[in-house]
This record gives sequence, C-alpha cells and structure tokens, in this order.
Amino acid sequence: MPAITRRQMLALGCSAAASPLITPVAFASLPTDHRLVVIILRGAMDGLDVVQPYGDPALARLRPGFDIGPDAGARDLDGFFALHPGLRDLWPLWQAGELGFAHAVSTPYRNARSHFDGQDLLEAGTGPGADGRDGWLNRLVQTIPGATRETALAVGRDEALILRGSAPTSDWSPAARLLLSPATSDLLAAVYHDDPLFQASFDEAQFLSGLLHGDFSEAEGDGMMEGMQAAMAGAGQAEAVNVIADFAAERLRAEARIASFSIGGWDTHRSQQGGLTRALGHLSTAILRLRAGLGPDWGQTTVLAMTEFGRTAAENGSGGTDHGTGSALIMAGGAVRGGRVLGDWPGLEEAALFDRRDLMPTRDIRAYAGWAMAGLFGTDRGALEGRVFPGLDLGADPGLLR
Amino acid sequence: MSFRAQIRFGTGLAPAHPPASRDEMLDRLAGPDQIAAAFPQEGYAPRAERALEFAAARRDRRQGEAEAALSDRLSRELRRDEFRQMALTLARGVASPDGLRERLTWFWADHFTTVRRRVAMRGAITGYVEDAIRPHVAGRFGDLLASAVLHPAMVLYLDQDRSVGPNSHVGLRTGRSLNENLAREVLELHTLGVDAGYSQRDVREMAELLTGIGIRQGRELIFRPGHAEPGAETVFGATYGGARPADLSEIRAALHDLALRPETARHICGKLADYFISDTPDPGLIDTMAAAWDDTGGAFLPVLHAMLSHRAARSDAPGRVKRPFHFITSALRALGSPPNQIANASREMINRRLHLPLIAMGQRWQGAAGPDGYFDDDREWIRPQTLAARIGWAMLTASEMPRLPDPRDFVVTALGDTASPDLRRAAARAETRAEGVGIVLAAPEFQRS
Repeated sequence: MPAITRRQMLALGCSAAASPLITPVAFASLPTDHRLVVIILRGAMDGLDVVQPYGDPALARLRPGFDIGPDAGARDLDGFFALHPGLRDLWPLWQAGELGFAHAVSTPYRNARSHFDGQDLLEAGTGPGADGRDGWLNRLVQTIPGATRETALAVGRDEALILRGSAPTSDWSPAARLLLSPATSDLLAAVYHDDPLFQASFDEAQFLSGLLHGDFSEAEGDGMMEGMQAAMAGAGQAEAVNVIADFAAERLRAEARIASFSIGGWDTHRSQQGGLTRALGHLSTAILRLRAGLGPDWGQTTVLAMTEFGRTAAENGSGGTDHGTGSALIMAGGAVRGGRVLGDWPGLEEAALFDRRDLMPTRDIRAYAGWAMAGLFGTDRGALEGRVFPGLDLGADPGLLR
Repeated sequence: MSFRAQIRFGTGLAPAHPPASRDEMLDRLAGPDQIAAAFPQEGYAPRAERALEFAAARRDRRQGEAEAALSDRLSRELRRDEFRQMALTLARGVASPDGLRERLTWFWADHFTTVRRRVAMRGAITGYVEDAIRPHVAGRFGDLLASAVLHPAMVLYLDQDRSVGPNSHVGLRTGRSLNENLAREVLELHTLGVDAGYSQRDVREMAELLTGIGIRQGRELIFRPGHAEPGAETVFGATYGGARPADLSEIRAALHDLALRPETARHICGKLADYFISDTPDPGLIDTMAAAWDDTGGAFLPVLHAMLSHRAARSDAPGRVKRPFHFITSALRALGSPPNQIANASREMINRRLHLPLIAMGQRWQGAAGPDGYFDDDREWIRPQTLAARIGWAMLTASEMPRLPDPRDFVVTALGDTASPDLRRAAARAETRAEGVGIVLAAPEFQRS
C-alpha cells in the first residue's frame, strides 16, 4: 500500500485525524460502539482507604492514625462506605450514577504479595501457575469479530502484558515524539522505502506523533533537540497522566474501542495520607480527561481501574500499610450503572480477615471485568470462562451497565 | 568475511577494527576473554551480599533515623552500581575486537533469562551472567546448562527453592509440595523445546528430581536432602535418582543427558540461526549445525564454525533487526566513542543515553517479560513508538557528538560496502552533518544485522 504521510495529507487538504487512509488497515465495522478503558493501578491500591467501610467498627480500631469516614473529610456513599477525599473531583460522577465500586475483590493471587507476580497475574487474567505470556484484553480482542490492529491500544512506554498476545493491537506512548525537519523526514522516508517493516512503522509513528504534538514547524526547529531530550527523559507522572488520557480519548473517539494504561504510586508503606491523595488525584484527572475528551462517546464508555492486590487491614508503624490481599475495583463511565458499592462485605474482625491480616476477597475481580465485557461487546459466557479468563466461574450477573 | 558478515556476527564495524576472517573470529573466541579483563565486572556473590545487606537495612528502617539513613545510602549505592554495570557491558561491546563473544553472551543471557524478582537479585543479575554464562560461551552446552540452571539467580527467579518433594521429610511434615516452574522451563525453553514431545508427566518427574535444590544466605546453592523427593524419576525416557543419599549429581546427570538430545541440538541451533541470521533460517543450515553438535557432544566452536561456513551466513542482504542494546553499542562503536569514557560515564549520562532510551525502544535493562526472554520477532522491535525512539536516539546522539564525521564517509565507516544507493544519497543530501549521521544510524541497513 502506498504510504501517505500526514504532511502530504494536509497538503491534499484532508484532515488526517479523520481519514481512514492514514492507517494501514481499513476500519472494520465493529459490532459495538462501546468503549472499554482498563487502568492498571500499579503498586497495590489500599481499597480500604479509597472506599472506606466506616460503618464497620473494626476499621477505626485497625487504623487509629488514619482519617476515616465522613467525620474526617470523606464523602458518605451509602451510610456504610465513604469515599476518600482524594477522589472528591469525581463526586459529580457518583451523583450522576457514572461512578461505582466493587469491594473485597482480588485476583486469584494469594500469599506471596509480590508486585511483579501480582501484576502479571492481573494482566494475564489466569489462575496461579499459568505461564502468563499473553493478556486477557488481547484474548478479548481475539473474540471480537471484525477487530483490527486499531481496535485495541496500549498507551504508555512500558510493555503491557494485558494486551500482549496473538491478536494484533497498537501501542503508542505520548512521550515518544518524532520531531523531524521536513527535509530529514523526507530523506528517512526514502531510506525506509524498500523495507516494509520500517516503512509502515515510520509512517504510523509520524502520524501518531503529529496527532499528539502537532507537525514540525520552522518555529519549533530550534527546540527540536530539547523536545527530544525531554521525550527521552520522560515527563513527570502528572503531566504524563494528562497526555496519556487525552491521547487515549482521542483514539477512542476515532477507531479504537479498547485502551489500557497504567498509573503508579499506590505502594503506600509510609505516610499513606499524602501518597494516596496524590495517586488518587492522578486517577481522578485521568477519568475526568477521558470524560472530557470522549464527549458524546462517554455515554458508551466503561472505565475499570484495577490493582494487583490490596493492603493490610491494619496500619503499620510508619503511617502506611503493607502488601495485602483484597482491594476495590473502581468503575466509571457513562455506560456504567454507578452510584453503588457492590460486593459481599466480609467484615474486618480478625477472624474474618484473610490470613488474619488482609481484607478477605469475596469475589474474583475478573468476574466483574467479565460481566462488563459481556455487556459491552456481547462476549458470551463460554468465551469468557473458557478463553478470556480460563477456568473462571463468572457467577451471577451484577448488572454493571445501564 | 564480508562487511555484512562482520556486522552479522559482531558488535558492529568500527574504524579501530579491521575486518576479520571466519577463522580469526573463531580463534579470538577460543582464546582468552581479553575484554572482560580490560573492563572487569564483579560476580554474583558480592553483589547478592550487598543486596541482602540493603534488604536487612530496609527492614530496620523504621527503628530510627540512623537505620533509615543507612537504608537510603545502600539503596543509592545499589542503584549507582546498576548504572555502572550497564556502562561496563556497553563499553565491552564498543571496545571488543571479539564481538562474537559479546553477542553470544547477550544471546545466552537471554536464553537463560533471569529477571529480578527477589531482593537478593537486586543488582546481581549482571554477576550471574558474568559467573554462570560468559565463561561457557566458547565451551559446551552441557556445561553452560548446568552452570545457568544450578545458579542461585535462576533458582530464585523460578522459585525452585520453594519446591518441596511431597513425600520428602519436609513435605510429609508440612504438606508443602512441588513447584514445577524451573522444571518446565528447563524442558520447554532451555533444552528440548516446546515441540519436542515431552509430556506433563516428564515435567512432573523433572520437578521431583529438582527438589532438594536450595539457597543458603541468598547466594549459595546447596542440596537439602530433607526436601528431596525420594525414589527414582524418569525424564524423557531416562531414569535418575533413587541413590542414597541423594545429591546434586543425579540432577547434573539429567541436565547432561538433556544437553545431548537431538531435540535439544535442533532447538538450540535453530535459535542461534534465528538470532544471528534469519527468522526463517535455511533448514540445511540447522541440519549442518545440529550435525556438528551431535558429532562433538554440544561443543560450541564446531557448531559456530558450521554456521559461519554456511552460505546463509554470507548473504549480503541485511538480516535480523538489532535489539536496542545491540543498536546502541554498534552506533557508539561506529561513531568512535571512547570505551573508557563510556565505562566511566556519570550515572546521569548512562541514564539519559542508555537506560531511558532502552526503555523507550522496548528493551528495559534486564527486564524481559518472562523466562522466555525478550521478543524474538522483528515486528515486536520495530513498532511505531519504538522506531521513533530509535530515530530519536540516533538524531540526538549525532547532534551531541563533539567531532562529527562527514556523513558521506560515515556511511562507509558504519556499513562498509553494504549501504544502498538510496542511503548514500540521503546521507549526502542531509541539511547538517548531524542529521546525515543520524539518518545513517536510523537506516534499515544499520538497524539490521
């Protein structure tokens, strides 16, 4: 296929962002306009602090040094749970029924409490002991008829196991700029012309980079190397979250239907109050920018924010919490039937805890993700239990979507 | 050998290193490891010891300010050492007259991948490669296999120390049981290959045979009879164990036999051909390599001789895409970057020129996704964002070089006679020297080996 660069497109008077010619694969008509965004919260989010079961009297005993419940600044959700003030910017979504939670959830990962292994299992979507070489979102794409490489997108630099696998998917990091003078760009295009692998990647890189950073112009010329240096050094987390969410929204408005990215900073062994507030701020920003960027398509969108495991029920000696087991799932989006905290509450009395230390998981987090996919993409139960999450029992439908 | 063959089997053309013949390349590999002596790296034990010292300090950090300060200091030192390891590994590749040895070391470090999963491994994987891999790359596969599999880094990475024979003393007392991780990877990845026709029963028997392997003080491999499954095990048709008292010798015997299996020979020779020459290698090439393996009991020099002698090795067409570390090494080599300066570069410089770019190019340092190592598919390496990172690195590095060559000369320095007319033209037409040099480094002829 002859390559048409973004600049050539503009010269032809086309809008590159809207043109199907720019992507190597023609758009497929997917059976759905629904969008799914999976945000991996790396570092083990403390679900007990984010969605605080202040109605459980054991919580205050376990965490005497923490701010707990509506009296300490959290927003009451339903008379039992309260929302951490770090998510206050999402309050309008809760009121609109576009924000919900499932509590006391986890993957099947137990006991070892390693971030790496926990994240691998969360992204692989398998039971323990499986080799985890592909991810559950990739296996979902495999079940969607008409899916193309553009259907699913991993955003960010780190390799995303969740989208790895045999189904073709895209990835792009907003930090990966390609700022070249027009002359250099043309010379490289000539150099890549006879190598299809390099040529296709170069064209798409120019297109995606242009989409995000604008085209190179003479005015920018002097700043090109500085820009490249900044791109190499990597932006700060706050700025990174903004551009990642904006970029994901832009692609989801175009041909992408599934996007995944990560937010770190949840490993709050020390001074949890500050650290968790910061991380929740990043998550709020990501969700709000997705909502703004998706515009009318927000109504068709489901965001799932999930973490590898929770943290200890009790606070530790340094104002934080240590690696635990059960945590909470955060769901947002216009497609979500929110305003609810789902899940069977196991209680926080010592005998009710997992290992007498962690929130006891009462449901597999994959069951919620599975039911969301069934609703969004019409994936049937057999495919979900056999292929996407092999060996999982989905259980009863919690009715996550509107 | 031709310029393309030099590129294919080495770490890149360089003004300082004239082309070598096949026999010169193999003679250097058979000779002493001079570049390791010139740029010495510490081994595993002292590094693991420091990692454990840090782990202990981190546990105690809540006890007071002095403890916290110690923990922070040790963490900084480990981090500094990790950057220095990267710098030394890079300097060796840039400086070496024996590039084949570096390429083989990278290949085997990937084949026997370990990724830091436990605190004792922090900063110690380079030491594992130095102790367990590098001394064997010109030796025999059986020795390399035993050296890598029976190393604390591999045992810790694949949880072998957590595996207990269900009928051992410890198993009967505690109810603990097998962890098949290492056993499975030995058969699937390290030796026979996934299509060799072994069964789950072989995996289980292999796992039973491996029980008893343990780690003392995080860094020393020991045999723990109380953990070892009693009785004999049959793996892929051969029976081991049952001896009293049990020890490591039966495990070594099983590894030795696996190393000599024809399935292993084809699996490994295919992987070598894939790495050096083509992801669709000539079946005749693998036949001749595997024949050399079978004739010599898995000795690497005859196998490599067979590979380098085959016509596929001499093709002038650019082959596999260089992995990012290889690309960066060969670029600095072509640019004449002084290896001593690389070895002594500041942490900030290594971070900016090597560590962060490797992440952007998709090859985080010692960060493979799993025991199967980094990708082996060119399409995984040249994706839009990773190609953008390669181009960005090429342009940035060229722009920061103090004395840049004329791009028309640099094409020849970097690629000999293998540059296409299009590339020679593009290099000559660039607006600046830096862009011309950057275009050469970003070109497919340079990006492929």
